[in-house]
Amino acid sequence: MSKQPQTSSLLTPVWSRLSRMEPIYIILAAIVLAIVLSNPIYADYGPMMQLLRRASPLIVLAVGQLFVIVSGGFDLSVGSLITFIVLLSALVLNTHPEQVYACIALCLAIGIAAGSLNGLVVSLLKVPSIIATLGMLLAYRGAGLYLSGGSARGNLPDTFRAFGRETVYGFPIALIVVIVFGVFAAWILHGTNYGRQLFAVGTNPRAARLSGVNVTMVRVVAFMFSAVSAVVAAILLGGFSGVSTAVGNGYELQAISAAVLGGAVLLGGRGSVPAVIAGAIALHALFTLLNIWGFPKPMRDAVQGIIIISAVAYSAWRR
Amino acid sequence: MQKVEHGTAMMMSLRKQWRDIPPVLWVLLVMAIASYPLTEAFGRTGGFSLQFLANVVERSVTLAIVAVGQTFVILVGSIDLSVAFVISLAAVMASYFMQGNATMILIAVPAVLLMGAGIGWINGFLVTRGRVNPLIATLGMGLIIQGILSTSFQNFAGSVPQSYQIIAYGSLFGIPNSFFLLLAVAFGAAFVLRKTRFGAHIYAVGGNSEAARLSGINTDRIMRRAHLIAGLLAALAGLFLTSRLGSGAPWVGPDGIYDLESIAAVVIGGTILAGGRGGVFGTIIGVLIFGLIDSLFNQLGIDPYLKQVLRGLIIIFAVAAYSMRSKDEVA
Amino acid sequence: MLFERIARPLMVALVAGGSFAATVQAQDNNEFFDQAEYDRQIQLLDAKPMGPEGKPWLQSMMDNYRDTSQYKKEGPWVVCFSQAGIFNPWQVVGNQTMKEELKLHPKIAEFIMTDAEGKDDKQIADINDLVASDRCDVLLVTPNTTAALTPAVERACEKLPVIVFSRGVATECPVSYITPIGGYAFGAQAARFVSENLPEGGNVLALRISPGVDVLETRWSAAERIFSENDKIKVIGAEFTNDDRAIAKSIVEDYLQRFGKIDAVWMDAGATSAAAIEAFEDIGVDIPIFTGEDQQDFLAKWKEEGLTAIAPTYPTFQWRTAIIAAEMILSGEPVPGPIWYLPQPTITNENLDKYLQANMPPQHYALCGCEEMEGYPENWGGTK
Repeated sequence: MSKQPQTSSLLTPVWSRLSRMEPIYIILAAIVLAIVLSNPIYADYGPMMQLLRRASPLIVLAVGQLFVIVSGGFDLSVGSLITFIVLLSALVLNTHPEQVYACIALCLAIGIAAGSLNGLVVSLLKVPSIIATLGMLLAYRGAGLYLSGGSARGNLPDTFRAFGRETVYGFPIALIVVIVFGVFAAWILHGTNYGRQLFAVGTNPRAARLSGVNVTMVRVVAFMFSAVSAVVAAILLGGFSGVSTAVGNGYELQAISAAVLGGAVLLGGRGSVPAVIAGAIALHALFTLLNIWGFPKPMRDAVQGIIIISAVAYSAWRR
Repeated sequence: MQKVEHGTAMMMSLRKQWRDIPPVLWVLLVMAIASYPLTEAFGRTGGFSLQFLANVVERSVTLAIVAVGQTFVILVGSIDLSVAFVISLAAVMASYFMQGNATMILIAVPAVLLMGAGIGWINGFLVTRGRVNPLIATLGMGLIIQGILSTSFQNFAGSVPQSYQIIAYGSLFGIPNSFFLLLAVAFGAAFVLRKTRFGAHIYAVGGNSEAARLSGINTDRIMRRAHLIAGLLAALAGLFLTSRLGSGAPWVGPDGIYDLESIAAVVIGGTILAGGRGGVFGTIIGVLIFGLIDSLFNQLGIDPYLKQVLRGLIIIFAVAAYSMRSKDEVA
Repeated sequence: MLFERIARPLMVALVAGGSFAATVQAQDNNEFFDQAEYDRQIQLLDAKPMGPEGKPWLQSMMDNYRDTSQYKKEGPWVVCFSQAGIFNPWQVVGNQTMKEELKLHPKIAEFIMTDAEGKDDKQIADINDLVASDRCDVLLVTPNTTAALTPAVERACEKLPVIVFSRGVATECPVSYITPIGGYAFGAQAARFVSENLPEGGNVLALRISPGVDVLETRWSAAERIFSENDKIKVIGAEFTNDDRAIAKSIVEDYLQRFGKIDAVWMDAGATSAAAIEAFEDIGVDIPIFTGEDQQDFLAKWKEEGLTAIAPTYPTFQWRTAIIAAEMILSGEPVPGPIWYLPQPTITNENLDKYLQANMPPQHYALCGCEEMEGYPENWGGTK
């Protein structure tokens, strides 16, 4: 698990830099090229924006997941947290359609609470995150379906849905959300003391604790970040599709896949926000490519499976 | 060791047996006893009876078989998220091979079991040789199976002959056949874990892989075999489910959340997620707790979705009860 | 050692072979097509219903009755109901209607319901539980899927009178199977409309709820036949939405992405029609010919955009009929059976206004037959 000290200097030859560059950027470029070659319409601004807009919930979610993965854990609860938030918002806004921003604030507060809960269960009760978040996965889905009686009920007003559907001067609002979220996450992870502590906790929690890092706090914040990303993704997805009980299904796995594809190392200590964003776009673009090529939808699962196994095997082989 | 006095040996073995009883058994007993007045007072469908208990067991059989397989991989320090998809594959393949033809049972059953074992073995291979994190390896494998399966079959595929449904619906001496299947799997697995060298190696590898390797155990092979057993038992669960449903469809495995629930049952039963400690009987008790909650909620007419919330919380608190005092770092 | 050496290549070969066989084999599922039943349903569409005028939930399209004197019982009764689940808006409206209908039956002292959450395995266990309890005087079942629930229903029939509705089973053992005219009529009407309105032909996308349910399979098998008779029509895909808006919308976007042009969307249910329409709006292309159901959001969109559309219905008032039939059976009155065909109106441009109810929520189904009931419209989420 030990890593080579990173000696990056301006004098490093270009080829060496290239060889250390995350391969995801090359993969992403290749997939986008294949899409444009298969269907030249994607070289246009509009369709490309459509593609990015549909990828945006996954991007946000993958970045949130990255924080937990860097800390050494998993967050499986995000998919059903999305479902819960969408169903809850639809019910709340059904009776108070004018309270959109209050509702969003409420959802973000729920996200922060849900994340802290995950983090505290892992840190204080010592429940491995995969089990803790798996339990929450069942609980959120159950709670959401209980609230709505098992079926999509209520309604999301257009002001809420604008985040996932509308554009400003031809630029999707969802992408603005992604850019703000992405820049903020990149700054936190790569530019602050907290980010350094998170990497330290993921690499070796015991050493981090001994060197004075508040491991519990660092973990809780990471889970908070992930849960908030789920809330943001829920607002985008709810906006895109309206109220639905299946809206978050499978997103936890896609988020983990995207993070892994972006070079994040499971069980902690390594990963970068830009690469994971590239991973999420690449995964979504790949699904688009398969669709253009006429693969039946279930084959996306199979391809996703092959990709994540290969990505992890590749990074194991590289080290 | 051989010179220990006979009586003391008895005592020790008794005490050991006592300690072998997973503490979660008491939880199950308390729940069962508590459900007696509950169902008598509020039960909507006839209260507490032998039939009630029998139904609890009957609705647990599929999950129990998968969870026993899951116990093997968790004991060895790995995990298998592909089981739900293997169940689908087994169910679809069994009914597709059989097409209602009784003579095909003899071919379909071994073929499906072999297929399940094969997938398990590949999982193990990816984990040991490919050095792929077991979560990702088995999840990826599951997605691959599901993708191919759902592309090829969008519906119930074929059907099983009437004679095949005896496994799920028949009974012997008034005891449902499914009970015998469950007992055979549970005791078979317990025998392998406790009485064979392979079983001892599983505990050794799960407890401390490095030490096991140094003591000359081929840890990779143990790991692959544990995965093979998980795949095999998932296929068996699929075969049983097909007998119950009369046909197989690509969604029967994921619909039952057999992957997550089998893991949950194993850890509730006291097997440590890191491996090396635990056993099959705890797992069975974990499964029965889920079955009891199902039946109880039905009886009391409580919203089924609340039950899912409760299940989630039970999983967390059950594991917390074992792990809370641990000094290890957990992530 | 030896085991692994022999078994290893064998298993790899089997897995590979199995996946290969699974991939190449084409599905040709005709078990749900029955020409005689198809013809009967098409005929029934034009038949005049028997029974009280204006109360379609009490009407019957055919003169076929079953004697129920053997089930006659003194009240009060216990009615049991094994429900597949409440996972779509159609079931939500049906459940509400059923709840209100129950209030009109004082002799039904207790109503015991189990919810299978859309899982076959759980519903089998639920039915077993209900039957074994020995408390039920009559059992209502809305099967989750047809084939899987048939044995459980057959075994229940041996113990007590059974009424099946909403979805069917492959046995005639229930005293009555309550259904609107049926899936063939539903699917054929919508498909004919599409076919007639596409004289030049074009791309048709079919969106279906879920597989393995007879009343849905029949809708598609009828439509598939009609489309295949018209060589100008190309069915570019038939996908399952699970009755979920998010899934439906992304499927339509995928097909628009891939084919560029869709000329008609045929749907076997209306709950996601409005979501599917959104996909066209978001990409910025004209809304093509659409079929849907009596759900308000679709009807509103239809009116607003002046769509070329049709809505066959599968009325939710059958949930009233189920309770009424239970009382009839326990009173020993003859009930229509083995199949009780209810009327199945169709919404077209001409009568659209009659079914459009601005005061009802978007997911309400117009044909609930509940307008005269106590608590309408509030209990169904509407405003006066």
